[in-house]
Amino acid sequence: MMTDLDQFRRDTRAWLEANCPPEMRQPVRSEKDACWGGRNPDFQPGQKEWMDAMASRGWTVPDWPTAYGGGGLSAAQTKILREEMAAIHARNPLNSFGISMLGPALLKYGNEEQKLEHLPKIARGEIRWCQGYSEPNAGSDLASLAASAEDAGDHYIVNGQKVWTSYADKADWIFCLVRTSKESKQGGISFVLFDMASEGVSTKPILLISGYSPFCETFMDNVKVPKANRVHAENKGWDVAKYLLGHEREMISGMGLGSTGGNPLIEGAIATIGLNDRGELADPLLRAHLALFDVRSKAFAAMSERFIDELKAGQAHPAQPSMMKYYGTELNKARHELVMAAGGSDALEWESRGSSGGAKARAWLRTKANSIEGGTSEVQLNIIAKRILELPGA
Amino acid sequence: MPLYLNDEQVMLRDTTKQFVAEHAPVSHLRALRDANDSTGFSRDLWKQFAEMGFTSILIGEDHGGLGLGHVEAGVVLEEIGRNLSPSPFLTTAVAAVEALKGTAHAERWFPGIVAGDTVAALAIDERAKHGDAIAMTAERSGNGFKLSGEKRFVTHAHVADLLIVAARTSGADVDDAGVTLFAVPKDADGLSHETERLADSSLAARSRFDRVEVDADAVIGEVDNGRVVLERLLAAGRTGASAEMLGVGGGAMDMTVAYMKERKQFGAPIGSFQALQHRAAHLYSEMEVARAAVLKAQQLLDADDARADEAVSVAKAMTGLAATLAVQEGIQMHGGIGMTDEYDIGFYMKRARVLAEMFGDSNFHADRLARKAGY
Repeated sequence: MMTDLDQFRRDTRAWLEANCPPEMRQPVRSEKDACWGGRNPDFQPGQKEWMDAMASRGWTVPDWPTAYGGGGLSAAQTKILREEMAAIHARNPLNSFGISMLGPALLKYGNEEQKLEHLPKIARGEIRWCQGYSEPNAGSDLASLAASAEDAGDHYIVNGQKVWTSYADKADWIFCLVRTSKESKQGGISFVLFDMASEGVSTKPILLISGYSPFCETFMDNVKVPKANRVHAENKGWDVAKYLLGHEREMISGMGLGSTGGNPLIEGAIATIGLNDRGELADPLLRAHLALFDVRSKAFAAMSERFIDELKAGQAHPAQPSMMKYYGTELNKARHELVMAAGGSDALEWESRGSSGGAKARAWLRTKANSIEGGTSEVQLNIIAKRILELPGA
Repeated sequence: MPLYLNDEQVMLRDTTKQFVAEHAPVSHLRALRDANDSTGFSRDLWKQFAEMGFTSILIGEDHGGLGLGHVEAGVVLEEIGRNLSPSPFLTTAVAAVEALKGTAHAERWFPGIVAGDTVAALAIDERAKHGDAIAMTAERSGNGFKLSGEKRFVTHAHVADLLIVAARTSGADVDDAGVTLFAVPKDADGLSHETERLADSSLAARSRFDRVEVDADAVIGEVDNGRVVLERLLAAGRTGASAEMLGVGGGAMDMTVAYMKERKQFGAPIGSFQALQHRAAHLYSEMEVARAAVLKAQQLLDADDARADEAVSVAKAMTGLAATLAVQEGIQMHGGIGMTDEYDIGFYMKRARVLAEMFGDSNFHADRLARKAGY
């Protein structure tokens, strides 16, 4: 018997087949290759068509309510959509901190006006967001942040500096933690939104070991932020921040899963090293490392599926994102070590016949930040130990 | 299907948890071992498993079973693992049942399994490491076959009512084709067992087949096409062993975390030391990932999904890695007391090693995945 879900799968498959451009059915090769949208988009061929087509059905955010630009899909339908996209190796139509981080926080803590103003633009990829959390002296100890928001009637005057603001130089708006009271460390923080084009906002890229500058320093010099842009109550921003961090960890943990379609790591190893007459990779020790990595990677894919299912059913432990973040990022680092080992000297070439922009080396270097950003691996292990295993404090 | 237990499965888990902890806790294994018990498990317990319906989980309702799946069998196996309960559940009620299902042998053997009277043993391994090669021969003879060769690591062989035997009816050791599975009754002439006690104090045999004569109707499935049945048996056995290892690893981890909260050194519980907290948190992560891999394999097997084969190898390899880590950390964090026979944690280490080896270890399954992926 054909169920509604079978019908949905059939329709979805047909629609994806008809609407996903061929360029969007290949693995994302580098960070630059992904679609981010925004006011000043940098679209590659096929990207805009794909993003717009998906957004027209609300499928850039399939499980958000339709009133806010979402697809209004159930958990089961969302899963089917994901499976059908994977089946044709379809890329994510839109990468966005708005989707993965701010959106869920607004859905939970935003007022109706804020939801209607910001969520549909996120869904359509019109506004690109960045995150103003870390400060030079507030990294892992995030709550010690100092950027201040002074009460000036209907608005705040914001002063201070943020650091490690991913893509601040390309973002249109920022969601930002500011101190509205010094009385309590966590209880004096507010969560505000403002336009990066506001007077007094400036950014400066930070050059990394990978040669990229995905991160910036962000300076705020007497920036006027309307109080209407504060999400949740004054001094209650830490609740929003924590909720959002859970989603950030979830997003970063997804990196351990690698790209859709094929297994570029294995294909790369075979191309460089070759197979012996038994059809095995000619380097038996690398083959063993790859095979054991594959076990963990596939098991983690099952864990990710389980985690999403449990989240949707309200069954996940609230600290479980820490486990996902820890495992996913460590796995991703391991993957890129193997990519480099499989590529040999080819993978090291920065500019050559086979490589432009040092794609493999840059990606490898980039992953070293995975276990630092969004809370270090050590911080995640502390959280697991205390909140899940309930081990005693020091 | 969402990747967590549904309400009925949670109920089964709660019932099973209580029952196994009450009737077959680690002290039960210890008592059997101390008595040097020659059966290796309790017949009474096997009967009680039947009364609880455990032995009928994978048997269809047409044969008086419950007609449930690998997820439910896994729920029982995890509790067996957590309590280190010796029982022929994995080999008989899971692997053998799956092999016999849908064949003429179901009529003959399922009633005894449902009743908790019958025990089956699996004669599939021929070397110290599990592998695909089968050298044992089954020569055509009159209306039947003559089986010759030796099998190893045959748990419960000495008390089993039947042996499920993989033998070669044609071709060379490594060929896929030419393998035939047989159901051999315990009293067959020419069958002998050299029973060995293993590290975990369970009993397994080296079973010799000296021109053992069986009728043509001893064949399970088709002649020369036994890999189909063998793969079904192995998929069930591997998934089941993974579930049992989850229990063993999880039991060891729970004991260890509890010990970390109570044992004091330098005036503080050792669980407050960050070095140990991080290791415990890492172990927790490995165990959770393994748990997801096992449930995925069980669900895919139950759905008869083509992706099940890969998922089963992932589950067996991953639980092997995670459970091994769990017992190693268990002993280390318990310190000297962990090395004593009096304390239970060592029993977990021994059982984990046996289960890791059964039906192929982590390396075997990682290699199998690599081969299937073409490298």
